[in-house]
Amino acid sequence: MRESTIMKIHYGTALAAVALVAVHILMRLTMGYAESLEYENVLANYKFVPYAIMLELILVLLAVHGFNGLRVILLELKQGRLYEKAVSYGCLVAMIGLIAYGSRTIIMTNMGMV
Amino acid sequence: MAQVSSISNEQSPTAKSVTLKISRYNPEHDESSQFMEFPVKYDQLSTFLEAILDVKKHFDHSVAVRYSCRQATCGSCGMIINGKPRLACFTKISELDSNVITVEPMNNFPVIRDLAVKFEKLFDTHQKIKPYLIRDDTELVSDEKEFLQTPEEVEQYIQFANCIKCGLCNSACPTMATDSSFVGPQALAQAYRYVADSRDKGKDSRLKIIDDSHGIWRCHFAGSCSQVCPKGVDPAMGIQLLRGYMLGFRS
Repeated sequence: MRESTIMKIHYGTALAAVALVAVHILMRLTMGYAESLEYENVLANYKFVPYAIMLELILVLLAVHGFNGLRVILLELKQGRLYEKAVSYGCLVAMIGLIAYGSRTIIMTNMGMV
Repeated sequence: MAQVSSISNEQSPTAKSVTLKISRYNPEHDESSQFMEFPVKYDQLSTFLEAILDVKKHFDHSVAVRYSCRQATCGSCGMIINGKPRLACFTKISELDSNVITVEPMNNFPVIRDLAVKFEKLFDTHQKIKPYLIRDDTELVSDEKEFLQTPEEVEQYIQFANCIKCGLCNSACPTMATDSSFVGPQALAQAYRYVADSRDKGKDSRLKIIDDSHGIWRCHFAGSCSQVCPKGVDPAMGIQLLRGYMLGFRS
């Protein structure tokens, strides 16, 4: 993938994540902040499908943005063909791994398996 | 740190004195650089290049320095003077208002010896972005007219055409300090210079060259390059405008 395409995704995910995280924080304020983080209330959030979809979107956006940011930092720290390939593929695998693990948590909780 | 005793030389009676701490380093047999101190007399208009040539003439002729035009046109005498990249021929000693002044080779360039650095990478990256007009026709053929431009079209790129390839911007760039493969502000500013030129038709090929994992996207917009340019070029702005082309905000 061309670097400009990757960076467009990087900027796009940042903007979208800011918007969705803002919604996520505002949702905490619909009741007392400490109360909203109580076990039952958190489970209720996961079981509400539109909210679970939003959490999934936040997970994907932050994982894509974060791991690409990490890739950029690591590429600037050191150079070398093998190193750069390892960093790029390593970040991609880590990103997929994190999304898979987070999605598993969201899906299992949504389906009442927790 | 070595110190050389002062000698009297042919300066005006109003001359003041300053201590130049010049970095001495020969990569062939030195492990690290060392400063040597030279007391130099100067007057209001003396430049650092004149002071260094004075040191070569009176104290140590082996101090290595690259220079040519002495008028900020050739871009040969870039060095770090009191911590900032400057042209030695374009910087007056009096303007720094300091009694001890350090002179070091430019950062982010391999040192040949003392104050002389290798420019190969600078010229390679400059060449890589195709620093010439790309188009199929030519104004050299007799039945063709010259490529006319309006003043507004010239305004788009003219400041970037003032680049003298001195490398001060690359020396000041914080990204170049860690990313040895980064194309650098000089080449990126020159890429913009040709992309923004209405006579040029090579925009796509140039944008493709800088759209690399060590290309334009690695600029963090620190702006150091623009602060040190002796010719008033603003590479940081050029890079942002170039990004506008790549993100589709400019065409």
